[in-house]
Amino acid sequence: MSSTTEGTKYKVIGTRPVRHDGADKVTGRAVYGADLRLSGMVRGRILRSPHAHARIKSIDTSAAEQLPGVLAVATRNDLPNLKDKIANLGEGAVNLAHLSANVLAHDKALYKGHAVAAVAAINNHVAEEALALIKVDYEPLPAVMDLTEAMRDGAPLLHDDVHTNSMGKKSEKPSNISTHIHFETGDVDDAFAKADVIVEREFRTASVHQGYIEPHVATALWNADGHLTVWCATQGSFTARQQTSELLQIPVSRVTVVPCEIGGGFGGKIAVYLEPVAAILSRKCGRPVQLVMNRDEVFEGTGPTPGSATRVKLGATNDGKLVAGEAWLAYDAGAFPGGMIGPGCMCVFSCYEFPNARVDGYDVLVNKPKTQAYRAPGATQAAFACETVIDELAERLGVDPIEFRLNNAAKEGTRRVDGPVYPRVGLVETLEAARNSEHWKTPLEGPHRGRGIASGYWFNIGLKSSAAANVNPDGTVSLIEGSTDIGGTRASIAMQLAETLGIRAEDVKPRVADTDGVGYTDVTGGSRVTFATGMAAHEVGLDIQRQMTERAAALWECDVESVEVEGNTYKANGNSITFAELAGKLGQTGGPVVGRAAVDPQGSSHGFGTHLVDVEVDPDTAKVTILRYTAIQDVGTAIHPAYVEGQMQGGAVQGIGWALNEEYFFDDQGHMQNASYLDYRMPTSLDVPMIDTIIVEVPNPAHPFGVRGVGETPIIAPPAAIANAIHGATGVRMHELPMSPPRLWAQMNKNGS
Amino acid sequence: MAKKTHVTTTINGQQVEFLCEARQSLLEVLRDVLHLTGSKEGCNNGNCGACTVLLDGLPVDSCLVLGVEVEAAEITTIEGVAQDSCLHPIQQCFLEDAALQCGVCTPGFIMTAKALLDRDPNPSEEEIRFQLAGNLCRCTGYDKIVRAVQDAGQIMGNQRGATSAAAQANGSRASKAKARAGSK
Repeated sequence: MSSTTEGTKYKVIGTRPVRHDGADKVTGRAVYGADLRLSGMVRGRILRSPHAHARIKSIDTSAAEQLPGVLAVATRNDLPNLKDKIANLGEGAVNLAHLSANVLAHDKALYKGHAVAAVAAINNHVAEEALALIKVDYEPLPAVMDLTEAMRDGAPLLHDDVHTNSMGKKSEKPSNISTHIHFETGDVDDAFAKADVIVEREFRTASVHQGYIEPHVATALWNADGHLTVWCATQGSFTARQQTSELLQIPVSRVTVVPCEIGGGFGGKIAVYLEPVAAILSRKCGRPVQLVMNRDEVFEGTGPTPGSATRVKLGATNDGKLVAGEAWLAYDAGAFPGGMIGPGCMCVFSCYEFPNARVDGYDVLVNKPKTQAYRAPGATQAAFACETVIDELAERLGVDPIEFRLNNAAKEGTRRVDGPVYPRVGLVETLEAARNSEHWKTPLEGPHRGRGIASGYWFNIGLKSSAAANVNPDGTVSLIEGSTDIGGTRASIAMQLAETLGIRAEDVKPRVADTDGVGYTDVTGGSRVTFATGMAAHEVGLDIQRQMTERAAALWECDVESVEVEGNTYKANGNSITFAELAGKLGQTGGPVVGRAAVDPQGSSHGFGTHLVDVEVDPDTAKVTILRYTAIQDVGTAIHPAYVEGQMQGGAVQGIGWALNEEYFFDDQGHMQNASYLDYRMPTSLDVPMIDTIIVEVPNPAHPFGVRGVGETPIIAPPAAIANAIHGATGVRMHELPMSPPRLWAQMNKNGS
Repeated sequence: MAKKTHVTTTINGQQVEFLCEARQSLLEVLRDVLHLTGSKEGCNNGNCGACTVLLDGLPVDSCLVLGVEVEAAEITTIEGVAQDSCLHPIQQCFLEDAALQCGVCTPGFIMTAKALLDRDPNPSEEEIRFQLAGNLCRCTGYDKIVRAVQDAGQIMGNQRGATSAAAQANGSRASKAKARAGSK
């Protein structure tokens, strides 16, 4: 199934040990945020706006406060007034005044489901009853849901103080367009004039949700000494601490964030929603307060990822060379500025060599929940457009779609439209692996069937990670890290420490610490944890090895320089001792050994993937069935191949859902009509086949073990690959997501196929 | 405050008594009254399966069952699957096959898989996918979950075969002993 590092120079890397937190997670003992039970803990609920856009004239909480069992009520009046200030959250930045207004609405409710007030009570049922007693005087305002509508002059304005920032210049009038981005390279118009074939298409994609199974949860205790402890489901405990302290205007040193086990995030659990609200309620009632969202609150009150309108125009010469590209992308930001348009613009042409290209991007405010990152945020919408046009261009030129991509593939030295020049990257290798795969070589037979291919790119970031480790007398090592573990990263990080020290993966005991227990560590996002925190673990290992070398020298009364390390064995002058034996002698050679490291790798590790899919389209209902799927990705080095495959498979299936079914439906009042798992249709086990994977390893020169980061790239290619397969099956080119039966049926019948 | 009803039921082989309000779901009772937090709440309306428990041997979404309904029932939760500190083959296969990432849906999948494999340890891939379709997983894409259930079924089938072979062997030894006794 996969070609990996298994069986090569490494002892631990490339093997598939059972994850360290496994037993807790299959027995129900792992403590997720909502499983926490504290002495005296009470529950809270959030009151949410029934309007997509409304001025909040007044909030009367007096009746709710008098209900027996109610302990505290919170509104906008309990939050400090914040000036505009941009805070970097690791994967994306946020304006704190906007974040505060998202946590509890200030002057206006900007989307249906926007939090307006909160209640703490002896149980959820009483809290729910109290919500019904809060009287909010709303002045409903016209809502704008469609991003092209929102871009027009005269559209209802969400914010009076948002002006279009275009290349550093602010527009005079306020606007729903918060940002305009522009990249250009070469002479685009001239290149199009010289192109032999030009294809230009427009695309739309719907808002989709990350869909993590665990709803948002936060428990806060504002202690009598003024110290705030927050237990929550977060992708980044330090990011949650920073946001909470800023929103409440208390020093970070007075906030401890304890990350609980987290039930999925995909980018949606970076921004805080409940943490500051639970803190205020706890401050008011003096007890720990736990807030858990319902599923409809997750859909209506937390970040979907942007819907988009895009236009892509590509020009090529008859010999199959891309000569010009032009992209226009508008992504909805939801109710506050700062959507995913930046990475969308950087990724739209990132798979190819474009000597001449121009990209314009727009971040557009609409009356939807504030959008959030979702696995390679912004890239999937862009790739859907670009990869569909690439496919059509290859078809027009009569070139095999893999050959066409290989002819133009980004490689070492290729300059991306937004500036950076790639180091050694592996797109070509994924395309070659696709061409050599059983899947591609096996002819697809039968009516109404088609095969599609598409590629995708994601940066994969570095950022800050800290780790420490203690050597135990039995030769094991306890590893303390700050990266919350969403998908098995305890294992992938522990394995890198084990490899460095020449010990077994099982002999490293990884623990994710709270914000007082480990050095600053950025979010679990950007596909960075196995890369950057793994790098920290490697450095911890080197630090321990250096100290162990000194201990061996002390033991043998020789020079440190004369001690050599080979795997887990320390040698000098005919003496030899294993790591475990030496660990047992720390007491007599100077006391405990503690390793530590903090890293901040800059830049990207550049993940490319190529996906192959076979579909069958029901000619009567236009239902698309995925017959066969192969995800191929350059992962640099697969530390734990099973979890690498898992990332590729999981991302592919999220992409399949995005491609075929998932979308927010709004009525003409801006009310979401499908805020449940029944109606927001995520793939079930019955909707997908086995997902084959081919792991390609082009080691990343910027990581000691060659890791590139894996998690996000797999979601990017599926919608375009499936659209291209649908074209093969039906002759129809789809330009809108999701390609649900009604939408595809309409296109199939319009074209008379 | 709402009046509470006294309920006696069996959970994971132990007789349990609790008081609950009529509006409390079995899931709420498990998590908040009995502090069995292994069953997860993902949607509270029967669409994600994270709260799946076995009620008289059948998988149910415990968020759709009222606490007052389980009088005199037999309930198995994820906490009752491992026996004597030994993981059940389904749990072991989930770990060895990396069939979980975030793990929050895992208890529900294990309960549904247990109901299926207790009945038929050798289901087809299609049957596994059909039976698991009431459990949502957003991390894995289901591939490794389906494989873990297949692998667990094989172990459970072998164990069952071994048990019945042992029973037969015991039976034949017993009949021989009886025959010897009879011959005396």
